[in-house]
Amino acid sequence: MSQPVRQALLALSAVWLASTQALAGEVQVAVASNFSAPLQVIARDFEADTGHKLLASFGATGQFYAQIKHGAPFEVFLAADASTPATLEREGEGVVGSRFTYAIGTLALWSAKDAYVDGQGEVLRRGQFQHLAIANPKAAPYGLAATQVLASMGLSQTLEAKLVEGQNIAQTLQFVATGNAELGFVALAQVYKDGQVTRGSAWIVPAALHEPIRQDALLLRKGQGNPAAEALLSYLKGPKAAAVIKSYGYQL
Amino acid sequence: MPLSSADFAAIWLTLQLATLTTAILLLIGTPIAWWLARSRSWLKGPVGAVVALPLVLPPTVIGFYLLVSMGPNGVIGQFTQSLGLGILPFSFAGLVVGSVFYSMPFVVQPLQNAFEAIGERPLEVAATLRAGPWDTFFSVVLPLARPGFVSAAILGFAHTIGEFGVVLMIGGNIPEKTRVVSVQIFDYVEAMEYAQAHWLAGGMLLFSFLILLLLRGSGQLQTAGSGR
Repeated sequence: MSQPVRQALLALSAVWLASTQALAGEVQVAVASNFSAPLQVIARDFEADTGHKLLASFGATGQFYAQIKHGAPFEVFLAADASTPATLEREGEGVVGSRFTYAIGTLALWSAKDAYVDGQGEVLRRGQFQHLAIANPKAAPYGLAATQVLASMGLSQTLEAKLVEGQNIAQTLQFVATGNAELGFVALAQVYKDGQVTRGSAWIVPAALHEPIRQDALLLRKGQGNPAAEALLSYLKGPKAAAVIKSYGYQL
Repeated sequence: MPLSSADFAAIWLTLQLATLTTAILLLIGTPIAWWLARSRSWLKGPVGAVVALPLVLPPTVIGFYLLVSMGPNGVIGQFTQSLGLGILPFSFAGLVVGSVFYSMPFVVQPLQNAFEAIGERPLEVAATLRAGPWDTFFSVVLPLARPGFVSAAILGFAHTIGEFGVVLMIGGNIPEKTRVVSVQIFDYVEAMEYAQAHWLAGGMLLFSFLILLLLRGSGQLQTAGSGR
Protein backbone atom coordinates (compact mmCIF):
# COMPACT_ATOMS: atom_id res chain seq x y z
CA MET A 1 0.00 0.00 0.00
CA SER A 2 1.41 3.39 -0.93
CA GLN A 3 2.14 5.96 1.71
CA PRO A 4 -0.56 8.52 0.79
CA VAL A 5 -3.27 5.86 0.57
CA ARG A 6 -2.30 4.49 3.95
CA GLN A 7 -2.40 7.94 5.47
CA ALA A 8 -5.80 8.64 3.98
CA LEU A 9 -7.14 5.34 5.32
CA LEU A 10 -5.73 6.06 8.76
CA ALA A 11 -7.30 9.49 8.77
CA LEU A 12 -10.63 8.06 7.65
CA SER A 13 -10.65 5.39 10.32
CA ALA A 14 -9.74 7.98 12.94
CA VAL A 15 -12.71 10.11 11.89
CA TRP A 16 -14.96 7.06 11.91
CA LEU A 17 -13.78 6.02 15.40
CA ALA A 18 -14.24 9.54 16.74
CA SER A 19 -17.74 9.78 15.31
CA THR A 20 -18.84 6.45 16.76
CA GLN A 21 -17.47 7.34 20.16
CA ALA A 22 -19.02 10.77 20.24
CA LEU A 23 -22.40 9.98 18.77
CA ALA A 24 -23.47 6.48 18.03
CA GLY A 25 -25.04 5.27 21.21
CA GLU A 26 -27.50 2.44 21.03
CA VAL A 27 -30.80 2.06 22.81
CA GLN A 28 -32.79 -1.15 23.11
CA VAL A 29 -36.50 -0.48 23.32
CA ALA A 30 -39.39 -2.78 24.21
CA VAL A 31 -42.41 -1.49 22.32
CA ALA A 32 -46.05 -2.50 22.67
CA SER A 33 -47.20 -3.95 19.33
CA ASN A 34 -49.87 -1.29 18.76
CA PHE A 35 -47.16 1.39 18.57
CA SER A 36 -45.09 -0.41 15.95
CA ALA A 37 -46.04 1.75 12.92
CA PRO A 38 -45.47 5.17 14.53
CA LEU A 39 -42.30 3.95 16.22
CA GLN A 40 -40.76 2.98 12.91
CA VAL A 41 -41.26 6.54 11.66
CA ILE A 42 -40.03 8.03 14.93
CA ALA A 43 -36.98 5.74 14.92
CA ARG A 44 -35.99 6.91 11.46
CA ASP A 45 -36.28 10.59 12.46
CA PHE A 46 -34.58 9.97 15.80
CA GLU A 47 -31.63 8.19 14.20
CA ALA A 48 -31.27 10.91 11.57
CA ASP A 49 -31.54 13.76 14.09
CA THR A 50 -29.38 12.38 16.93
CA GLY A 51 -27.10 9.76 15.34
CA HIS A 52 -28.13 7.23 17.97
CA LYS A 53 -29.27 3.79 16.91
CA LEU A 54 -32.63 2.47 18.04
CA LEU A 55 -33.19 -1.29 18.35
CA ALA A 56 -36.88 -2.06 18.82
CA SER A 57 -38.61 -5.27 19.90
CA PHE A 58 -42.38 -5.54 19.52
CA GLY A 59 -44.69 -7.63 21.69
CA ALA A 60 -47.45 -7.73 24.27
CA THR A 61 -47.03 -5.52 27.33
CA GLY A 62 -47.53 -8.43 29.75
CA GLN A 63 -44.92 -10.47 27.92
CA PHE A 64 -42.40 -7.62 28.19
CA TYR A 65 -43.15 -7.27 31.89
CA ALA A 66 -42.17 -10.89 32.45
CA GLN A 67 -39.04 -10.53 30.31
CA ILE A 68 -37.88 -7.32 32.02
CA LYS A 69 -38.42 -8.89 35.44
CA HIS A 70 -36.13 -11.71 34.33
CA GLY A 71 -33.25 -9.64 33.10
CA ALA A 72 -34.11 -8.73 29.51
CA PRO A 73 -31.63 -6.14 28.21
CA PHE A 74 -34.24 -3.45 27.42
CA GLU A 75 -33.38 0.12 28.33
CA VAL A 76 -36.64 1.88 27.50
CA PHE A 77 -40.15 0.47 27.74
CA LEU A 78 -43.03 1.87 25.71
CA ALA A 79 -46.02 0.05 27.18
CA ALA A 80 -49.63 -0.14 26.07
CA ASP A 81 -50.89 0.79 29.52
CA ALA A 82 -50.00 2.87 32.56
CA SER A 83 -50.12 0.19 35.23
CA THR A 84 -47.34 -2.09 33.94
CA PRO A 85 -44.66 0.65 33.85
CA ALA A 86 -45.89 1.87 37.27
CA THR A 87 -45.45 -1.63 38.68
CA LEU A 88 -41.97 -1.93 37.19
CA GLU A 89 -41.00 1.45 38.63
CA ARG A 90 -42.28 0.44 42.06
CA GLU A 91 -40.44 -2.89 41.88
CA GLY A 92 -37.14 -1.17 41.20
CA GLU A 93 -36.83 -2.15 37.52
CA GLY A 94 -37.37 1.43 36.31
CA VAL A 95 -35.79 4.76 37.08
CA VAL A 96 -37.98 6.62 39.60
CA GLY A 97 -39.57 9.75 38.12
CA SER A 98 -38.83 8.86 34.48
CA ARG A 99 -42.36 7.63 33.71
CA PHE A 100 -44.66 9.71 31.49
CA THR A 101 -47.60 9.23 29.12
CA TYR A 102 -46.41 9.24 25.52
CA ALA A 103 -49.76 8.47 23.89
CA ILE A 104 -53.39 7.75 24.67
CA GLY A 105 -54.58 4.84 22.60
CA THR A 106 -57.74 4.63 20.50
CA LEU A 107 -59.53 1.35 19.98
CA ALA A 108 -61.09 0.51 16.62
CA LEU A 109 -63.48 -2.21 15.53
CA TRP A 110 -62.06 -3.13 12.16
CA SER A 111 -62.79 -5.40 9.21
CA ALA A 112 -60.67 -5.98 6.12
CA LYS A 113 -63.89 -5.80 4.07
CA ASP A 114 -65.12 -2.42 2.86
CA ALA A 115 -68.42 -1.20 4.33
CA TYR A 116 -68.62 -4.20 6.69
CA VAL A 117 -68.26 -2.25 9.93
CA ASP A 118 -70.66 0.70 10.29
CA GLY A 119 -69.91 3.97 12.07
CA GLN A 120 -71.87 3.00 15.21
CA GLY A 121 -70.70 -0.55 15.77
CA GLU A 122 -74.22 -1.90 15.11
CA VAL A 123 -72.57 -4.82 13.33
CA LEU A 124 -71.76 -6.18 16.80
CA ARG A 125 -75.43 -6.17 17.86
CA ARG A 126 -76.56 -7.88 14.67
CA GLY A 127 -74.01 -10.59 15.37
CA GLN A 128 -73.98 -12.04 11.86
CA PHE A 129 -70.37 -13.19 11.91
CA GLN A 130 -68.45 -16.29 12.96
CA HIS A 131 -65.41 -14.79 14.64
CA LEU A 132 -64.64 -11.57 16.50
CA ALA A 133 -60.91 -11.19 17.17
CA ILE A 134 -59.57 -9.50 20.30
CA ALA A 135 -56.11 -9.42 21.87
CA ASN A 136 -55.52 -11.62 24.92
CA PRO A 137 -57.07 -9.47 27.71
CA LYS A 138 -54.67 -10.87 30.29
CA ALA A 139 -51.55 -9.69 28.47
CA ALA A 140 -52.61 -6.91 26.09
CA PRO A 141 -54.29 -3.69 27.29
CA TYR A 142 -56.15 -3.26 24.00
CA GLY A 143 -57.68 -6.68 24.58
CA LEU A 144 -58.78 -5.65 28.05
CA ALA A 145 -60.33 -2.48 26.62
CA ALA A 146 -62.15 -4.59 24.01
CA THR A 147 -63.76 -6.72 26.73
CA GLN A 148 -64.80 -3.51 28.53
CA VAL A 149 -66.48 -2.24 25.34
CA LEU A 150 -68.42 -5.49 24.96
CA ALA A 151 -69.48 -5.24 28.61
CA SER A 152 -70.59 -1.59 28.19
CA MET A 153 -72.70 -2.62 25.21
CA GLY A 154 -74.15 -5.57 27.12
CA LEU A 155 -72.79 -8.02 24.57
CA SER A 156 -70.23 -9.95 26.61
CA GLN A 157 -72.37 -13.07 26.95
CA THR A 158 -73.92 -13.09 23.47
CA LEU A 159 -70.57 -12.79 21.73
CA GLU A 160 -68.42 -14.89 24.07
CA ALA A 161 -68.58 -17.98 21.87
CA LYS A 162 -67.40 -16.01 18.85
CA LEU A 163 -64.28 -14.52 20.41
CA VAL A 164 -60.87 -15.56 19.12
CA GLU A 165 -57.75 -14.28 20.83
CA GLY A 166 -54.50 -13.06 19.36
CA GLN A 167 -51.52 -13.15 21.70
CA ASN A 168 -50.95 -9.46 21.07
CA ILE A 169 -52.61 -6.74 19.04
CA ALA A 170 -50.43 -7.49 16.01
CA GLN A 171 -51.64 -11.09 15.80
CA THR A 172 -55.21 -9.88 16.31
CA LEU A 173 -54.85 -7.62 13.29
CA GLN A 174 -53.41 -10.54 11.32
CA PHE A 175 -56.48 -12.72 12.08
CA VAL A 176 -58.74 -9.98 10.68
CA ALA A 177 -56.45 -8.96 7.80
CA THR A 178 -56.35 -12.55 6.47
CA GLY A 179 -60.17 -12.68 6.67
CA ASN A 180 -60.15 -15.59 9.12
CA ALA A 181 -62.05 -13.39 11.57
CA GLU A 182 -64.60 -11.12 9.89
CA LEU A 183 -63.85 -8.32 12.32
CA GLY A 184 -61.86 -7.53 15.43
CA PHE A 185 -60.88 -4.93 17.99
CA VAL A 186 -57.47 -3.51 17.03
CA ALA A 187 -55.51 -0.37 17.79
CA LEU A 188 -56.62 2.46 15.53
CA ALA A 189 -52.95 3.19 14.83
CA GLN A 190 -52.64 -0.12 13.00
CA VAL A 191 -55.17 0.83 10.32
CA TYR A 192 -55.07 4.62 10.32
CA LYS A 193 -52.87 7.33 8.87
CA ASP A 194 -53.31 11.08 8.54
CA GLY A 195 -56.97 11.33 9.41
CA GLN A 196 -58.38 8.29 7.67
CA VAL A 197 -58.70 4.53 7.84
CA THR A 198 -56.20 3.12 5.36
CA ARG A 199 -58.05 -0.06 4.32
CA GLY A 200 -61.26 -1.98 5.05
CA SER A 201 -63.90 -0.46 7.29
CA ALA A 202 -63.73 0.64 10.92
CA TRP A 203 -65.69 1.99 13.86
CA ILE A 204 -63.57 4.29 16.00
CA VAL A 205 -64.77 3.20 19.43
CA PRO A 206 -65.83 6.12 21.68
CA ALA A 207 -63.43 6.45 24.60
CA ALA A 208 -66.35 6.48 27.05
CA LEU A 209 -66.99 2.76 26.43
CA HIS A 210 -63.74 1.66 28.06
CA GLU A 211 -61.13 2.78 30.57
CA PRO A 212 -58.66 5.15 28.89
CA ILE A 213 -55.70 3.38 27.30
CA ARG A 214 -52.97 5.57 28.74
CA GLN A 215 -49.68 4.37 27.32
CA ASP A 216 -46.71 5.14 29.52
CA ALA A 217 -42.99 5.16 28.78
CA LEU A 218 -40.39 4.24 31.37
CA LEU A 219 -36.61 4.46 31.52
CA LEU A 220 -35.50 1.04 32.73
CA ARG A 221 -32.67 0.43 35.16
CA LYS A 222 -30.46 -0.94 32.38
CA GLY A 223 -30.85 2.32 30.43
CA GLN A 224 -29.85 4.60 33.30
CA GLY A 225 -26.84 6.64 32.29
CA ASN A 226 -27.11 5.69 28.61
CA PRO A 227 -27.30 9.00 26.69
CA ALA A 228 -29.12 7.32 23.80
CA ALA A 229 -31.89 6.10 26.11
CA GLU A 230 -32.30 9.49 27.71
CA ALA A 231 -32.22 11.17 24.30
CA LEU A 232 -35.01 8.91 23.09
CA LEU A 233 -37.27 9.76 26.02
CA SER A 234 -36.83 13.49 25.55
CA TYR A 235 -37.30 13.03 21.81
CA LEU A 236 -40.64 11.32 22.45
CA LYS A 237 -41.76 14.36 24.45
CA GLY A 238 -40.81 16.72 21.60
CA PRO A 239 -43.08 18.25 18.92
CA LYS A 240 -41.71 16.19 16.04
CA ALA A 241 -42.58 12.87 17.68
CA ALA A 242 -45.91 14.27 18.88
CA ALA A 243 -46.92 15.10 15.31
CA VAL A 244 -46.16 11.54 14.20
CA ILE A 245 -47.99 10.03 17.17
CA LYS A 246 -51.11 12.13 16.49
CA SER A 247 -51.07 11.29 12.79
CA TYR A 248 -51.73 7.65 13.75
CA GLY A 249 -54.89 8.53 15.67
CA TYR A 250 -53.50 8.64 19.21
CA GLN A 251 -54.47 11.39 21.64
CA LEU A 252 -51.83 13.29 23.54
CA MET B 1 -56.26 -28.45 43.78
CA PRO B 2 -53.24 -27.35 41.75
CA LEU B 3 -54.93 -27.77 38.34
CA SER B 4 -58.02 -25.77 37.42
CA SER B 5 -60.91 -27.03 35.32
CA ALA B 6 -59.52 -24.98 32.44
CA ASP B 7 -56.26 -26.92 32.80
CA PHE B 8 -58.07 -30.24 32.65
CA ALA B 9 -59.98 -29.05 29.60
CA ALA B 10 -56.68 -28.14 27.94
CA ILE B 11 -55.14 -31.52 28.83
CA TRP B 12 -58.17 -33.41 27.52
CA LEU B 13 -58.16 -31.37 24.31
CA THR B 14 -54.44 -31.98 23.82
CA LEU B 15 -54.86 -35.74 24.28
CA GLN B 16 -57.74 -35.79 21.78
CA LEU B 17 -55.71 -33.81 19.28
CA ALA B 18 -52.65 -36.05 19.62
CA THR B 19 -54.67 -39.28 19.40
CA LEU B 20 -56.61 -38.23 16.32
CA THR B 21 -53.52 -36.83 14.62
CA THR B 22 -51.54 -40.03 15.28
CA ALA B 23 -54.36 -42.22 13.96
CA ILE B 24 -54.66 -40.17 10.76
CA LEU B 25 -50.90 -40.11 10.30
CA LEU B 26 -50.54 -43.89 10.69
CA LEU B 27 -53.26 -44.28 8.06
CA ILE B 28 -51.85 -41.90 5.46
CA GLY B 29 -48.21 -42.15 6.54
CA THR B 30 -47.99 -45.92 5.93
CA PRO B 31 -48.54 -45.81 2.14
CA ILE B 32 -46.28 -42.74 1.85
CA ALA B 33 -43.51 -44.45 3.83
CA TRP B 34 -43.95 -47.67 1.85
CA TRP B 35 -43.66 -45.82 -1.42
CA LEU B 36 -40.60 -43.88 -0.17
CA ALA B 37 -38.97 -47.14 0.95
CA ARG B 38 -39.65 -49.07 -2.28
CA SER B 39 -39.87 -46.61 -5.14
CA ARG B 40 -37.05 -45.95 -7.58
CA SER B 41 -38.87 -42.99 -9.10
CA TRP B 42 -37.06 -39.67 -9.44
CA LEU B 43 -39.95 -38.24 -7.39
CA LYS B 44 -38.68 -40.06 -4.33
CA GLY B 45 -36.21 -37.31 -3.47
CA PRO B 46 -38.63 -34.38 -3.76
CA VAL B 47 -41.46 -36.19 -1.94
CA GLY B 48 -39.13 -37.25 0.87
CA ALA B 49 -37.93 -33.67 1.19
CA VAL B 50 -41.48 -32.31 1.35
CA VAL B 51 -42.39 -34.80 4.07
CA ALA B 52 -39.30 -33.76 6.06
CA LEU B 53 -39.89 -30.02 5.67
CA PRO B 54 -41.55 -29.55 9.09
CA LEU B 55 -38.29 -30.71 10.70
CA VAL B 56 -36.53 -27.68 9.32
CA LEU B 57 -39.16 -24.98 8.92
CA PRO B 58 -40.02 -22.81 11.88
CA PRO B 59 -43.61 -23.43 13.05
CA THR B 60 -44.32 -19.79 12.24
CA VAL B 61 -43.83 -20.51 8.54
CA ILE B 62 -46.19 -23.48 8.62
CA GLY B 63 -48.67 -21.55 10.77
CA PHE B 64 -48.54 -18.54 8.49
CA TYR B 65 -49.13 -20.54 5.31
CA LEU B 66 -51.90 -22.54 6.96
CA LEU B 67 -53.58 -19.35 8.19
CA VAL B 68 -53.49 -17.80 4.74
CA SER B 69 -54.39 -20.94 2.76
CA MET B 70 -57.16 -22.06 5.14
CA GLY B 71 -58.63 -18.53 5.33
CA PRO B 72 -61.67 -17.47 3.31
CA ASN B 73 -59.51 -16.31 0.39
CA GLY B 74 -57.08 -19.25 0.44
CA VAL B 75 -57.13 -22.43 -1.63
CA ILE B 76 -58.05 -24.75 1.25
CA GLY B 77 -60.48 -22.17 2.66
CA GLN B 78 -62.35 -21.89 -0.67
CA PHE B 79 -62.56 -25.67 -0.83
CA THR B 80 -63.88 -26.14 2.75
CA GLN B 81 -66.36 -23.32 2.22
CA SER B 82 -67.65 -24.90 -0.98
CA LEU B 83 -68.28 -28.08 1.04
CA GLY B 84 -70.28 -25.99 3.51
CA LEU B 85 -67.75 -26.59 6.29
CA GLY B 86 -66.79 -22.95 6.79
CA ILE B 87 -63.14 -22.17 7.41
CA LEU B 88 -60.69 -24.21 9.45
CA PRO B 89 -58.72 -21.71 11.58
CA PHE B 90 -59.99 -21.31 15.14
CA SER B 91 -61.46 -24.82 15.08
CA PHE B 92 -60.42 -28.23 16.38
CA ALA B 93 -60.52 -29.61 12.83
CA GLY B 94 -58.08 -26.88 11.80
CA LEU B 95 -55.65 -27.91 14.55
CA VAL B 96 -55.88 -31.54 13.38
CA VAL B 97 -55.02 -30.53 9.81
CA GLY B 98 -52.12 -28.38 11.03
CA SER B 99 -50.82 -31.14 13.32
CA VAL B 100 -50.95 -33.76 10.57
CA PHE B 101 -48.64 -31.58 8.47
CA TYR B 102 -46.45 -30.70 11.40
CA SER B 103 -45.96 -34.21 12.80
CA MET B 104 -45.81 -36.07 9.50
CA PRO B 105 -42.01 -36.67 9.40
CA PHE B 106 -42.10 -38.10 12.90
CA VAL B 107 -44.42 -40.85 11.70
CA VAL B 108 -43.26 -41.35 8.12
CA GLN B 109 -39.52 -41.57 8.77
CA PRO B 110 -39.56 -44.38 11.39
CA LEU B 111 -41.96 -46.31 9.16
CA GLN B 112 -39.76 -45.76 6.12
CA ASN B 113 -36.70 -46.96 8.07
CA ALA B 114 -38.58 -50.05 9.22
CA PHE B 115 -39.78 -50.87 5.70
CA GLU B 116 -36.30 -50.41 4.26
CA ALA B 117 -34.82 -52.68 6.94
CA ILE B 118 -37.08 -55.53 5.84
CA GLY B 119 -35.31 -55.70 2.51
CA GLU B 120 -36.35 -57.57 -0.64
CA ARG B 121 -35.89 -61.14 0.50
CA PRO B 122 -38.98 -61.72 2.68
CA LEU B 123 -41.12 -60.15 -0.04
CA GLU B 124 -39.63 -62.43 -2.70
CA VAL B 125 -40.15 -65.46 -0.51
CA ALA B 126 -43.76 -64.44 0.04
CA ALA B 127 -44.20 -64.03 -3.69
CA THR B 128 -42.83 -67.53 -4.45
CA LEU B 129 -45.35 -68.85 -1.92
CA ARG B 130 -47.99 -67.14 -4.06
CA ALA B 131 -48.99 -64.52 -1.54
CA GLY B 132 -50.76 -61.55 -3.13
CA PRO B 133 -49.49 -58.02 -2.45
CA TRP B 134 -52.11 -57.34 0.26
CA ASP B 135 -51.56 -60.71 1.88
CA THR B 136 -47.80 -60.05 1.86
CA PHE B 137 -48.29 -56.63 3.40
CA PHE B 138 -50.50 -57.81 6.26
CA SER B 139 -48.83 -61.20 6.94
CA VAL B 140 -45.19 -60.32 6.33
CA VAL B 141 -44.52 -56.58 6.31
CA LEU B 142 -46.72 -55.50 9.21
CA PRO B 143 -45.35 -58.01 11.73
CA LEU B 144 -41.75 -57.35 10.67
CA ALA B 145 -42.23 -53.56 10.83
CA ARG B 146 -44.06 -53.62 14.17
CA PRO B 147 -41.29 -51.83 16.12
CA GLY B 148 -41.32 -49.12 13.46
CA PHE B 149 -45.04 -48.64 13.93
CA VAL B 150 -44.59 -48.40 17.70
CA SER B 151 -41.88 -45.74 17.29
CA ALA B 152 -43.94 -43.86 14.72
CA ALA B 153 -47.04 -43.82 16.93
CA ILE B 154 -45.16 -42.74 20.05
CA LEU B 155 -43.18 -40.03 18.25
CA GLY B 156 -46.19 -38.70 16.36
CA PHE B 157 -48.26 -38.58 19.54
CA ALA B 158 -45.53 -36.98 21.63
CA HIS B 159 -44.62 -34.43 19.01
CA THR B 160 -48.25 -33.34 18.64
CA ILE B 161 -48.54 -32.99 22.42
CA GLY B 162 -45.54 -30.66 22.30
CA GLU B 163 -46.82 -28.56 19.42
CA PHE B 164 -47.01 -24.84 20.10
CA GLY B 165 -46.17 -22.42 17.32
CA VAL B 166 -48.60 -23.70 14.72
CA VAL B 167 -51.45 -23.87 17.22
CA LEU B 168 -50.68 -20.37 18.44
CA MET B 169 -50.86 -19.02 14.91
CA ILE B 170 -54.06 -20.69 13.73
CA GLY B 171 -55.85 -21.50 16.99
CA GLY B 172 -57.14 -18.23 18.40
CA ASN B 173 -56.83 -19.51 22.00
CA ILE B 174 -60.44 -20.72 22.38
CA PRO B 175 -61.18 -22.74 25.55
CA GLU B 176 -62.13 -26.38 24.86
CA LYS B 177 -61.60 -25.92 21.12
CA THR B 178 -58.06 -24.74 20.45
CA ARG B 179 -56.46 -23.92 23.81
CA VAL B 180 -54.04 -26.83 24.21
CA VAL B 181 -51.65 -27.33 27.14
CA SER B 182 -48.68 -25.55 25.57
CA VAL B 183 -50.81 -22.46 24.85
CA GLN B 184 -52.30 -22.58 28.34
CA ILE B 185 -48.77 -22.55 29.79
CA PHE B 186 -47.84 -19.59 27.59
CA ASP B 187 -50.94 -17.74 28.84
CA TYR B 188 -50.02 -18.37 32.46
CA VAL B 189 -46.47 -17.15 31.93
CA GLU B 190 -47.69 -13.99 30.17
CA ALA B 191 -50.11 -13.31 32.99
CA MET B 192 -47.32 -13.92 35.56
CA GLU B 193 -49.29 -16.81 37.08
CA TYR B 194 -46.16 -18.87 37.60
CA ALA B 195 -47.59 -21.35 40.11
CA GLN B 196 -50.15 -22.64 37.61
CA ALA B 197 -47.56 -22.54 34.83
CA HIS B 198 -45.24 -24.72 36.94
CA TRP B 199 -47.82 -27.45 37.47
CA LEU B 200 -48.55 -27.81 33.77
CA ALA B 201 -44.96 -27.28 32.62
CA GLY B 202 -43.69 -29.80 35.17
CA GLY B 203 -46.30 -32.27 33.99
CA MET B 204 -45.15 -31.83 30.39
CA LEU B 205 -41.52 -32.34 31.41
CA LEU B 206 -42.34 -35.56 33.22
CA PHE B 207 -44.50 -36.78 30.33
CA SER B 208 -41.79 -36.10 27.75
CA PHE B 209 -39.16 -37.82 29.86
CA LEU B 210 -41.32 -40.92 30.27
CA ILE B 211 -42.04 -41.05 26.54
CA LEU B 212 -38.33 -40.97 25.70
CA LEU B 213 -37.60 -43.55 28.37
CA LEU B 214 -40.29 -45.76 26.89
CA LEU B 215 -38.78 -45.42 23.42
CA ARG B 216 -35.26 -46.20 24.61
CA GLY B 217 -36.57 -49.05 26.72
CA SER B 218 -38.07 -50.67 23.65
CA GLY B 219 -34.76 -50.12 21.87
CA GLN B 220 -36.49 -48.35 19.04
CA LEU B 221 -35.33 -44.78 19.13
CA GLN B 222 -35.58 -44.08 15.44
CA THR B 223 -36.02 -40.41 15.85
CA ALA B 224 -36.72 -38.32 12.84
CA GLY B 225 -34.90 -35.37 14.36
CA SER B 226 -35.62 -32.73 16.96
CA GLY B 227 -38.72 -30.64 16.69
CA ARG B 228 -40.13 -27.54 18.25
